[in-house]
Amino acid sequence: MPLDAHIPSGPIEQKWQKNKFDLKLVNPANKRKYRIIVVGTGLAGGAAAATLGELGYEVLNFCFQDTPRRAHSIAAQGGINAAKNYQGDGDSVQRLFYDTIKGGDFRAREANVYRLAEVSANIIDQCVAQGVPFAREYGGALSNRSFGGALVSRTFYARGQTGQQLLLGAYQALQRQVAAGTVKQFVRTEMLELIVVEGRARGIVVRDLVTGKISSYVGDAVVLGTGGYGNVFYLSTNAKGSNATAIWRAHRKGAFFANPCYTQIHPTCIPKSGEYQSKLTLMSESLRNDGRVWVPKSAGDKRSPDQIPESDRDYYLERIYPTYGNLAPRDISSRQAKNVCDEGRGVGPGGLGVYLDFRDAFKRLGRKVMDERYGNLFEMYERITGEDPHDVPMRIYPAVHYTMGGLWVDYNLMSNLPGLFVGGEANFSDHGANRLGASALMQGLADGYFVLPATVGDYLARGGFAKIDTSHPAVRDAEREVNERTKQLMSIGGKKSADQLHRELGNVMWTDCGMARTKESLTHALSVIPELREKFYRELRVTGSGAELNQQLEQAGRVADFFELAELLCYDALQRNESCGGHFRVEYQTPDGEAQRNDAEYAYVAAWEFKGVGATPVLNKEPLVFENIHLAQRSYK
Amino acid sequence: MRITLDIWRQKNPRDPGRFERFEVPNINEHMSFLEMLDVLNQQLVSEGKEPVAFDSDCREGICGMCGFLINGEAHGPLRNATVCQTHMRHFKDGDVLRLEPWRAAAFPVLRDLIVDRSALDRIIASGGYTSTRTGSAAEANQILVSKPYADKAMEAAACIGCGACVASCPNAAAALFTGAKIAHLAHLPQGQPERMARALSMTSQAHAEGFGHCTTIGECEAVCPAGIKLEVISMMNKDVIKATLGGRASEMQTLAALPPSAAMRFFESEPPKKEQ
Repeated sequence: MPLDAHIPSGPIEQKWQKNKFDLKLVNPANKRKYRIIVVGTGLAGGAAAATLGELGYEVLNFCFQDTPRRAHSIAAQGGINAAKNYQGDGDSVQRLFYDTIKGGDFRAREANVYRLAEVSANIIDQCVAQGVPFAREYGGALSNRSFGGALVSRTFYARGQTGQQLLLGAYQALQRQVAAGTVKQFVRTEMLELIVVEGRARGIVVRDLVTGKISSYVGDAVVLGTGGYGNVFYLSTNAKGSNATAIWRAHRKGAFFANPCYTQIHPTCIPKSGEYQSKLTLMSESLRNDGRVWVPKSAGDKRSPDQIPESDRDYYLERIYPTYGNLAPRDISSRQAKNVCDEGRGVGPGGLGVYLDFRDAFKRLGRKVMDERYGNLFEMYERITGEDPHDVPMRIYPAVHYTMGGLWVDYNLMSNLPGLFVGGEANFSDHGANRLGASALMQGLADGYFVLPATVGDYLARGGFAKIDTSHPAVRDAEREVNERTKQLMSIGGKKSADQLHRELGNVMWTDCGMARTKESLTHALSVIPELREKFYRELRVTGSGAELNQQLEQAGRVADFFELAELLCYDALQRNESCGGHFRVEYQTPDGEAQRNDAEYAYVAAWEFKGVGATPVLNKEPLVFENIHLAQRSYK
Repeated sequence: MRITLDIWRQKNPRDPGRFERFEVPNINEHMSFLEMLDVLNQQLVSEGKEPVAFDSDCREGICGMCGFLINGEAHGPLRNATVCQTHMRHFKDGDVLRLEPWRAAAFPVLRDLIVDRSALDRIIASGGYTSTRTGSAAEANQILVSKPYADKAMEAAACIGCGACVASCPNAAAALFTGAKIAHLAHLPQGQPERMARALSMTSQAHAEGFGHCTTIGECEAVCPAGIKLEVISMMNKDVIKATLGGRASEMQTLAALPPSAAMRFFESEPPKKEQ
């Protein structure tokens, strides 16, 4: 199927302005007659729901948590990028655009990324007006810090809890609309199916997680802001509840899934401590501004860190990448951590860790300044590990953190299924093969506040579809599918919880499709995953019934979808015979171990089409055309 | 280590509920409290018994979804930490722990340790925002905020909305939660235009939801995982008094900005009591 990204013509600096003018407008008096279903309440979903409500549309907004303010955007720590150039250090829209494309290893769509850089400044304005308490200088102006993959200071932050403050800003804007009656809020309500009528997305089937009741909501457009699929690896920095069910159900209904193999492994997470572990905790990348990463020079050095003299330490990032040093991008930093651990130089239990040391920064800046910058992160580390980073270096190790892949969308963030819009981490659009730090918050809010409200309106104004209600046969069919699936999950009667089976899947994914992938490992995963999936449907036990609050059932449904998505991820990783960003194929590396892209053959978006469970998916390609940026080997040396 | 748990079991909001005893052997001290419950639940599922329902999501102390009482203390014995960030190293082998859901009339129990906290959303919806249209904002550095005020605002804004303050208050007041949002916005220039209306409508909504009055006992501050200070309540009370007594002109202005239902409710409900 040909994929048209609908990129506006003209010079890149004018594309978004031109597009905004070309977008059709809905008559203000008619807006309330359109119903928009928004799933997810994070930065993308919450901001979109609030803004669409403010514009006058009837918005139905869904989340599986008990309130919209729990969405996982809340856990983002470090900051949000914007091309304000408040530091006068040479930043510009052009530079943020370039850094993001380069950081993504030249696998993102130019026009989307340019727009992202362009609206980044408006996001900061918007959030400040909402009262987001960004860090400030003594003179009262906004403060910035630097982040990985950039040589300018363009990251705005609110202590180490920037995601929380931005999300609360969006949440408050959303509550304002709830009070105004434009947004109806459905909490503890999980989307389990997409309703497609005559090729258009028209509604969703949901389960009320308190009563178990299955019901449907139909409207004129559906917006998914449901986050990423990092939990396919079981252990990740994602929230326990983060899941791919909404996007996977849409994929099964015809929406293409793009670049699923682009998964980001974050270099600075607290290492795993045992088999019972339910999640991994991120330590903000901002710590790398002042912390120095090192391991002992010789393998098997078991001395405590304070006993290891300077001459026996290997500050490997500073050694290999003298220009960027500890601020090398995430994919590169993670891979180097894996390399030194593979050499037997890792520290801590099992040798799966490297030091992140603040000794020099404490000396240079003093405890007060350091605590102002990172106090809550130091506390969090101490709570989890029982060790105080003021006294001993942190131990960190890479962990799955973010998924750059997601549902395919065009320039207007609409999927190939008309009427289905996708924002934030749930789409594939802006980060290419690797996301830079502090860019997820930027993208979520750009999509939610500025892109979707304009483009969804255009779709509605173009019309061409009739009103439907829940008596439509497609609605009944979708509900039947959901009920059958619930019945199936409830009736297996095995002995294992969904969590246990999920962990087994995660082990395979991490080993075979994690930081380093090979043809052999991926072929292995593709033979094991279907077996594990069968095992899931043989050995699962869901206690209780479907007609009550049942967390086992919720989890079983999500894990069932991960079992299907895992396979697609491996297919994608196997077909991409190159290394780029977060996708590292061991066979394709430069002599000094960096990712070796193959632009001649792989400068495309891989958009997959669902053909049935266990059936080989079909690959569609959207070629990536670079008109403004010269493709180059990434160098951070 | 081995722990004995007495856990509140309640099938649904109508079930009267009761405690049930569980033994959890082989606990690793590095487990979080919730991971310990995961292990218990896995064991229950394998035995075909109903696992214990509890809320959690981010499991790193920021989303505010988790929370229950451990031996009567909201989020357990560790200060400034949610229950997901409380690790088993803070307990002793042989401990007997009683786990109960938040207890407050405004937080109905849905199942076991899970309560309905949507009343907190409605408090925010009654005025916990600045009315700013998307895209209409001025250039960000046009609004200068001196650092001490920005820091104060951030301290108050750090509230995670978990409800521990309500659960630990003998009056089940939501004063720390409500005060935190009022103080956050009152410390900033952006929050000034609606400041008085906000104080009135949010406090009257808290009354309407069935939360009690604040009697400045301070238990909320002691258990707050986000370190919200009692001073936010003073600030809220000051603003409420100012808004109520601030002369006819400001009163009319204030009330004009309120949704009609909120203004009516404020005058219908009993005025905030002044405690001795």
